[in-house]
Amino acid sequence: MAGSNPNAKPMNLTLKVWRQKNRDTAGQLVSYPVKNVSPDMSFLEMLDVLNDDLEIRNEEPIAFDHDCREGICGACSLFINGRAHGPERGTTTCQLHMRHFKDGDTITIEPWRAAAFPVHKDLVVDRSAFDRIQQAGGYISVNTGGVPDANEIPIPKTVADKAFDAATCIQCGACVAACKNASAMLFVSAKVSQLALLPQGKTERKTRVENMVAQMDIEGFGACTNTGACAAECPVGISLENINKLRREFIVAKATSENVA
Amino acid sequence: MILDSKIPEGPVAEKWDKHKFNVKLVNPANKRKYDIIVVGTGLAGASAAATLGELGYNVKAFCFQDSPRRAHSIAAQGGINAAKNYQNDGDSVYRLFYDTVKGGDYRSREANVYRLAQVSVNIIDQCVAQGVPFARDYGGLLANRSFGGAQVSRTFYARGQTGQQLLLGAYSALNRQVAYGKVKVFPRTEMLDLVMVDGKARGIVTRNLITGKIESHSAHAVILATGGYGNVFFLSTNAMGSNTTAAWRAYKKGALFANPCFTQIHPTCIPVSGEYQSKLTLMSESLRNDGRVWVPKTVEIAERLRKGEISVNDIGEADRDYFLERKYPAFGNLVPRDVASRNAKLACDEGRGVGSTGLAVYLDFADAIKRDGQAAIAAKYGNLFEMYAKITDENPYERPMRIYPAVHYTMGGLWVDYNLMTTIPGLYAAGECNFSDHGANRLGASALMQGLADGYFVIPYTIGDYLAKMPYDKVPTDHPAFREAEQAVIDKNNQLLSIQGTRTVDSFHKELGLIMWEHCGMARNEEGLRFAKQEIRRIREAFWSDVKVTGVGEELNQTLERANRVADFIELAELMVDDAQNRNESCGGHFREESQTPENEALRDDENYAYVAAWEFTGVGNEPRLHKEDLEFENVKLTQRSYK
Ligand SMILES: Cc1cc2nc3c(=O)[nH]c(=O)nc-3n(C[C@H](O)[C@H](O)[C@H](O)COP(=O)(O)OP(=O)(O)OC[C@H]3O[C@@H](n4cnc5c(N)ncnc54)[C@H](O)[C@@H]3O)c2cc1C
Ligand code: SF4
Ligand code: FES
Repeated sequence: MAGSNPNAKPMNLTLKVWRQKNRDTAGQLVSYPVKNVSPDMSFLEMLDVLNDDLEIRNEEPIAFDHDCREGICGACSLFINGRAHGPERGTTTCQLHMRHFKDGDTITIEPWRAAAFPVHKDLVVDRSAFDRIQQAGGYISVNTGGVPDANEIPIPKTVADKAFDAATCIQCGACVAACKNASAMLFVSAKVSQLALLPQGKTERKTRVENMVAQMDIEGFGACTNTGACAAECPVGISLENINKLRREFIVAKATSENVA
Repeated sequence: MILDSKIPEGPVAEKWDKHKFNVKLVNPANKRKYDIIVVGTGLAGASAAATLGELGYNVKAFCFQDSPRRAHSIAAQGGINAAKNYQNDGDSVYRLFYDTVKGGDYRSREANVYRLAQVSVNIIDQCVAQGVPFARDYGGLLANRSFGGAQVSRTFYARGQTGQQLLLGAYSALNRQVAYGKVKVFPRTEMLDLVMVDGKARGIVTRNLITGKIESHSAHAVILATGGYGNVFFLSTNAMGSNTTAAWRAYKKGALFANPCFTQIHPTCIPVSGEYQSKLTLMSESLRNDGRVWVPKTVEIAERLRKGEISVNDIGEADRDYFLERKYPAFGNLVPRDVASRNAKLACDEGRGVGSTGLAVYLDFADAIKRDGQAAIAAKYGNLFEMYAKITDENPYERPMRIYPAVHYTMGGLWVDYNLMTTIPGLYAAGECNFSDHGANRLGASALMQGLADGYFVIPYTIGDYLAKMPYDKVPTDHPAFREAEQAVIDKNNQLLSIQGTRTVDSFHKELGLIMWEHCGMARNEEGLRFAKQEIRRIREAFWSDVKVTGVGEELNQTLERANRVADFIELAELMVDDAQNRNESCGGHFREESQTPENEALRDDENYAYVAAWEFTGVGNEPRLHKEDLEFENVKLTQRSYK
């Protein structure tokens, strides 16, 4: 199992993994020893190897979400040693490598914990609440065709760059998992800011923020008390500035509401 | 069966407009009487579903991820082409058309490619209107970069995350239709079969990936936008879940599969580090603008390097072989993807590869850093250097990157006519899962363009022509055709679960991948292909007698999901080998060793192979039937590519 670095010594670890059959059964932490882990492995590859062993022994492998394994799809979502996406800052679970752990370590792996993210099985949670918040208003109302030329409305580079920064949210849910209130403010604020910044998004900015925040409350996410834990754990560095922006947008929208429905 | 591409008459530049005028329309009030299924929510599927919803159809959209926004399109980095000519550097619809046909090594359909170039300009307008934050210059207008295979700057981008931003645009349009009740999205739902009634596609059978429930969905037409099949090689730059199952099961129901052996190997990926490797990470093509590719001049030096006796910075200029610059002085490190990949493989086959495995070459930025300064290089490639460091634990500012080619994209796919309809009436294919526009080689930044062209601007028109001739009647899901398909899916799952053999699904997938990589990868020859075919058949038999799938069908079971996908990959692999064997010429990404120039360059054979090879299923283990669609070139003159 040695990797590209000839000096890297394989490690032996103990994993404590949350096992839960389905939404309706209680779960528990189960210990698994893993041997000969190469420091060059990614965290998920380490779980792959463990799962191979489990399957051969006729035990159920550990279920976890993942797809791109490049830090961009937002599927992976492990709570590792009490931290969303593990110990490295600015890193998704799939981008985390075993070289950040030591021989003999015990590693606890849990799912995101939030009332709005019920566990489907083991480490797989239901994040569909996020999709519903986006459906409540995370868009600009244009149909395909009949739009102006792309260069008709110039957008200052600084504004475009800021909108881009907010738009890079990968919808992973680490912000919610990291927050003691399980608030979704950072996630919602990223979308609200992106669209409020762009000239194309201005027409609907008031209804958008009202509707998205309302849906966030319906989904059962907690209130934001400004602890900043979300931004500290966000793998793509979505900034707290966005939450301030959301607050301003929301106050203005409420004061001059255009929501007739 | 006669393949009718339904290419409209007339000059290439007028075909699409004429066709749009000639197709039948569904009256706005009647659109709500039709149901359309869209499988896949990547760029092609999300854009199609949203647009069809806007038009008034009832749409059901499916994906296997937990959210439509996680489709593999999200991972595309570099950019999207469009013939906007904003840079005033001589670009035009015609030039984009020409570059794409040439880049595809003259194995694509002129009419389709021309239409693609035409609608490319609308895509950018659409995305900007949706709020896609493309890169801009200081004047506030859109910025462009250049990509391989083009002499103009026509690539629009959003830092290194273009696919993400485009997909989020399409996802937002989709969400808006969900809010309006015109689209219903089924995440974590996998299509496992196509249902046909009276010879027409009328629905699908799916598995709910959370509950395991097998369900039927009925519609008047079905669109597959399920992406590419690069994961047949096990290791590729595709996401872990990317698979061929939807397309393959449609093939088994009678849709023809075109040019399956046309795969693209990307030259600059991070090399394999160990047996546990689960996927490969792409390092953008743009790096070759400043990086120099080299290996040690001799096998001896390479060996000492691999053993760790010397380090890369001990190797002097005189002992380095910048093989691309040496062999291709005109293009140097910027030769097209297939040429760069093949030459890296050649160097490693000679024993001059680097890294502990010997399967890597260097991509060296030392000269560029000396010339432009580290800050300038960091500004251009900072995020890529960071990603490289994260994965390899090496600092590319101090020592050259190690790179190796990896499977990246599949040009082959379901055969479609000009309307993007497969050979099954009512079954359409869009995006990477069809074969249509890239011939034997895709140019960088053209897949995103094609996916959105198909979904926003082509299918919404062409599907109306079909539906206008369909009665409104719905087929109930208790129709025998649905019942039979459901039973077949259940039986197949039960069979997989009951084998209880000794080997994991992944072990078969890895074994298959190695065979394909060795014999149907960067270079192919008759003997190797014959051997691969036998091996694949052996793997298929072993799989169906010795695979171990744990758990049960009626719950979340990721092993069962993979088992279904791998079973289909094994069958597809055989078809790829058949196709590669049939095509005894080299073109684009398909290099047949028997067909090369004295300088070892790819040699096309237009006399005998200027056709699309479309294969018909005749039963597992039987020889598939070949149908040929002859390609006619009325606008572009065929020439041999040369990059010397
Ligand atoms: C790392 C990387 C970088 C790239 N960079 C670029 C670039 O810079 N420019 C460019 O032009 N191209 C690029 N490409 C290529 C491009 O990203 C893809 O070709 C394109 O995004 C494919 O889009 P799609 O809509 O056809 O399919 P995908 O985005 O692959 O979507 C497939 C969809 O189908 C669904 N699906 C599949 N099977 C089933 C099933 N059985 N049941 C239900 N749902 C199913 C999936 O859930 C998903 O929603 C890149 C590719 C990779 C791998
Ligand atoms: S804000 Fe950050 S942590 Fe929250 S969902 Fe988006 S990317 Fe994930
Ligand atoms: S698997 Fe896609 S972000 Fe981790």
